[in-house]
Amino acid sequence: MPWATRGLRVVTTGYPHTPDDYGGSFRAAVSPLPGARWEPDMAQVCPTGAITEHDGVPRLDHGRCIVCGRCVRRFPRAFRSDAAVETAALLRDALVVPPLRETDEALARVRAALARRVRRLRRSVHIRHVDAGSDGTEEWEIAALLNPVYDVHRLGIFFTASPRHADILLVTGAGSAGMLRPLRITVEATAAPFVVVACGTDAISGGLLGRGYATRGGVSEELAVDVWIPGSPPSPFSILHGLLLALGRFPKGGPA
Amino acid sequence: MSAAVRIEPLDTPEALVAIVAARVAEGARLAALFVAGSSRRPMLTAAVAARAELALLTAPLEAAAYPALSPLVPAAAYYERAIHDLHGIAASGVVLNPLILPLPEGAERPRPGSGSSPAPVEPDEHTLPVHVTGEGTFTLPYGPVRSGVFETIEYLVENAGEEILHLWVRPFYKHRGVAKAFEHRTIDDGVLLAERVEGVASVAHAVAYCHAVETAAGIEVPQQGAWLRVLYAELERAANHLDVIVRLCEAAGLAVANARFAWHKERVLRLLAALTGSRFGRATVVPGGVAGAPQLAPSDAARRIGELAAAVSADVIELMRTESFLDRLWGTGVVTPEEARAHGALGPVGRGSAVAEDVRRTRAYGAYAWGAAPEPRLHHDGDAHARLRVRVGELEDALALASQAVDEARAGRGGVRVEVPEGVSGRACGWAEAPHGEVLYFIGLEDGRIHDCYPRSASFHNLPLLPAAFKGDVLTDFAFIEASFGLSPAGVVV
Repeated sequence: MPWATRGLRVVTTGYPHTPDDYGGSFRAAVSPLPGARWEPDMAQVCPTGAITEHDGVPRLDHGRCIVCGRCVRRFPRAFRSDAAVETAALLRDALVVPPLRETDEALARVRAALARRVRRLRRSVHIRHVDAGSDGTEEWEIAALLNPVYDVHRLGIFFTASPRHADILLVTGAGSAGMLRPLRITVEATAAPFVVVACGTDAISGGLLGRGYATRGGVSEELAVDVWIPGSPPSPFSILHGLLLALGRFPKGGPA
Repeated sequence: MSAAVRIEPLDTPEALVAIVAARVAEGARLAALFVAGSSRRPMLTAAVAARAELALLTAPLEAAAYPALSPLVPAAAYYERAIHDLHGIAASGVVLNPLILPLPEGAERPRPGSGSSPAPVEPDEHTLPVHVTGEGTFTLPYGPVRSGVFETIEYLVENAGEEILHLWVRPFYKHRGVAKAFEHRTIDDGVLLAERVEGVASVAHAVAYCHAVETAAGIEVPQQGAWLRVLYAELERAANHLDVIVRLCEAAGLAVANARFAWHKERVLRLLAALTGSRFGRATVVPGGVAGAPQLAPSDAARRIGELAAAVSADVIELMRTESFLDRLWGTGVVTPEEARAHGALGPVGRGSAVAEDVRRTRAYGAYAWGAAPEPRLHHDGDAHARLRVRVGELEDALALASQAVDEARAGRGGVRVEVPEGVSGRACGWAEAPHGEVLYFIGLEDGRIHDCYPRSASFHNLPLLPAAFKGDVLTDFAFIEASFGLSPAGVVV
């Protein structure tokens, strides 16, 4: 059977317009349960320091969490695995549960400012991906957006080779020292207006590597990040959620 | 230490170099050369593999230099460059261009394993050589930010017209200081970091790391746990081989095949996620076994693997008779069997050039020691086509083995995990056959914490063969040659 007759089977997801069953079938995040009480060992069980105490309850920072699920195994009544793939946020603070401070007002401001910036992008958006010291998995999940299952072309989203044509910079990795200069050059070469998306816990906080002699604890000190997608790595659905959030096109409006 | 590892302490680096060179001349292969940690005395360490045995030769480094091994054993060259980058210890008598961390003369080096806390580094690409050649030639810089969704790496392609004369590889951009980051961590945290050394081979790195810890602790993984490791590792192999096929199809513009193999790869990741909760099988392999029983019923897993194998097989048959595609691979990027043998080439790159090295057989570990390891898929041509044939063969084997592992894990006894005793100390070495080839972990433990850890990926070891594979190939061959090597830059510059 030649190739011409093989490409016909429909496997493409309807996400985000219709729910996708697969989206809820793996661990996309970990969250503290309502009513959980703080126990001193909770801080030690987390390898990245994502869990801290707040008024006698555990607080979890998704921007530091690498979703290893160790807290869930050790404290099943305080933490749960979360299958909801809508993990991205427009504010760094909004990744912390329960929140550090009231974020609604700030969020509304950020959303409005972002909406003004992306208005002209309309329904044809080009992404330039930059790896600033990832472990390689984020690249697989981003590349998966092009496979027939996720097929972001159906949403008018494309990848471009040149930052000059880019509307979104999708940055991965813990901020390796060697990539700081190339990253700056890429940002300077990108035509305004553009949106910066930090893709993955490594890009947000450095993840397990954090700050080292060769990593800068993520890319947020180098770049003004607009959208934060936690996960180690984030699944293609989560990345898609982040991209649509950046464009103000996520249909449910969603809890960002 | 397991029976397959022999430690040979030597008095001087001179003796080490002489013995390693003699062993390699007798047919052994250099598996690694690095500086192992000790706050007082750095130890030059060479790993030499000969059939079922891995010899670790160590010698104290009293001075900031040691005699170069690379003039006698060329495979040592990149290791010597990495040692100089990280420790400032030079192999004397050879030119040491920076490889994984270019720092200006006199800069403080991170020295992983030394217990020091190095200041943030500023890589300086001016320390790298600039190559200007004769009339009609030009250099095409490719990277570090590359077209398409790729990991960061830079190639300087020197051309005369269409023909590629030489390729310079600059992987340092994403050096993350991972070896240093292992220090002082608990054994349990260490495995999570091992998964991030080369993320696309998370399971293999976790297995190799755990193998080292289990050797140091003197514990053995129970049957069921050992078979589950095989299940996850073989699915990871299938995903990686499919990824290489996707990239080759993409390079050839074979759109339908590209889409179909990308879909198969996605199905493998989904199966891993259904079994482990992670699309990369992360946080699953732990010291002593695996974290828990699979989340998917064995009958469902077996059915899904069977469906996948049938679907993949049908497309592989079509791919391997699509001549317009194969034509791009025949004779492209040749690594001769002589070069591969001399370098000790690993994984599919080695097996495509008639080197049968596969640690699932040569130093069988875990459930592979119970007769599970498949026959190596050997090919002799050494071109991109041979490497593809190795991978499509291994893809079939990996899914068959995954299916077997589901059955064996269901019948296996002893649970999925044994406890690691508290306060383990000692030095040990562990390994696994990743999709890219042999992964090695050398760790020193002190009272249940990691003192030092040197991970060596197959991607790093195979890297020097990539520039060597350009023998009269032209620019349009580049994407095929690169994809057929299947290196992960993250694993190269740990």
